[in-house]
Amino acid sequence: MECQRCHNRPATVHLTQLMNGEKTEVHVCEKCAKEKGYMHDHEESFTLNDLLTGLFNYEPKQSFNGQQMDAQQQKEQLKCPTCGLTFQEFARAGKFGCAKCYETFDERLNPILRRVHSENTRHDGKIPRREGGNLHLRRQMDQYKSELVRLIEQEEFEEAAKIRDEIRSLDDQLQQREEGES
Amino acid sequence: MSLQQFMNEAISPWMKQDGPDSDIVLSSRIRLARNFSSIPFPTISSEDNLEKVLNFFNGEFRNESFRDYKNFEIVKMNDLQPIEKRVLVEKHLISPHLTNNSVHSASLISQNEQVSIMINEEDHIRIQLYFPGFQLDRALEQASQLDDWLEEKIDYAFDEKRGYLTACPTNVGTGMRASVMMHLPALAMTQQINRMTPAINQLGLVVRGIYGEGSEAVGSIFQISNQITLGKSEEDIVEDLHSVVKQLIDQERRARQALMHRSGIQLEDRIFRSYGVLKYGRIIESKEAAKCLSDLRLGIDLGFIDHVPKTILNELMVLTQPGFLQQYAKETLSPSERDIRRASLIRERLQLENKE
Repeated sequence: MECQRCHNRPATVHLTQLMNGEKTEVHVCEKCAKEKGYMHDHEESFTLNDLLTGLFNYEPKQSFNGQQMDAQQQKEQLKCPTCGLTFQEFARAGKFGCAKCYETFDERLNPILRRVHSENTRHDGKIPRREGGNLHLRRQMDQYKSELVRLIEQEEFEEAAKIRDEIRSLDDQLQQREEGES
Repeated sequence: MSLQQFMNEAISPWMKQDGPDSDIVLSSRIRLARNFSSIPFPTISSEDNLEKVLNFFNGEFRNESFRDYKNFEIVKMNDLQPIEKRVLVEKHLISPHLTNNSVHSASLISQNEQVSIMINEEDHIRIQLYFPGFQLDRALEQASQLDDWLEEKIDYAFDEKRGYLTACPTNVGTGMRASVMMHLPALAMTQQINRMTPAINQLGLVVRGIYGEGSEAVGSIFQISNQITLGKSEEDIVEDLHSVVKQLIDQERRARQALMHRSGIQLEDRIFRSYGVLKYGRIIESKEAAKCLSDLRLGIDLGFIDHVPKTILNELMVLTQPGFLQQYAKETLSPSERDIRRASLIRERLQLENKE
């Protein structure tokens, strides 16, 4: 079938229009469809990413006009010192430029991450051995602490004393490491 | 080259192995996204920086071995012909995204093709690991060990609060995408899968067609994977996926039994018609091939057809794609030429079985 408009190229876009209860069919080529505004370039490849950038551009409305201005100015100034990506650029592309961006845009990320990850904003998974720093020790410490509470509630004092000693030794290790770092 | 020979070279060795629940689960995959801490992500990185990343792998890991994964071979995108790239995509060894990237994109592929480490895709590093059948736990365990092995040499971008930092916020945290490829013809035929999808989504999991995002389920093959990467541990994510897949396996088996019971003759007719098309057809489009192969595989699983191996679905789904057809023909083919080639390749493949 040839394009109804240019009669040149084959019709690849088929539309059914309903107007005042009357149905009309349109068969045009892609070029004419774009020119007539039936479709946009983006429509061809509407991906998950397009959907995401839609989410990122959503900004909660501020209650006071003054604050809204400040927020707007702040937003414009927010720029990653390492890679130079601005928050606006991030919101448009939906992609970070470098690891530092996460720190730079930190305060604005929670609402975005919540939407993408079912309300979650904090990592709860694997910790790399070297880059993880003291996180291993701190997670272990948290575990011991809740274990300690449980043991005391159950009046298992002998076991609790062992855990208490473990916590002390972990605490020492952590302090030594943190001193070493600073 | 004979078809037998071509097949031996075209099908990844791991694909020929049988795995648990392999009547329904074709493969299990774990993908981990990682980045160098001090280099901007490939999305905005300069060519110089991307070259640095590539050079690191080019030197350090060429011919390295990790456990069963021997001799990682580096394949640079820049050195490949378009058809070769396509073949690698069809084998799922690289993503389509990688082929469009910078001249410094590459993939390190293990000898048995079970592991590929994509370099300079959306992230600097994407570790990808496949297992035949339903073996998500094992895949996670090995992927994590491989990750540890790389981490000894690379400073990963990691943050205590956000986890592994990735170019896209949809991957941050674990950086992990776990997925299972399933053949669900009975659930598809009875449209039950459409009713189950919303419930699966609520668990933070997604159901997609075989070629990922936005693709439809050709040949009743569905990919189930996790959507959420933040706030849950890798083990929890895999466990959630595991329980959903287990249920889908049960439901599919039940639906197959119900179909046999209620409309056995219709089912048998459909299977043998598809078998007929594959055996005697002279022009077969890819969608039709996928549908008929799915029916054939169901026929094998249900015992209607007993002289064709069940690996035929995996095998021909790969071999009848445009890249492979053209590689086998050793020439560029138009879509209509491909449909003819596809039909003859399938006939040839089925004849191979009859001789045995």
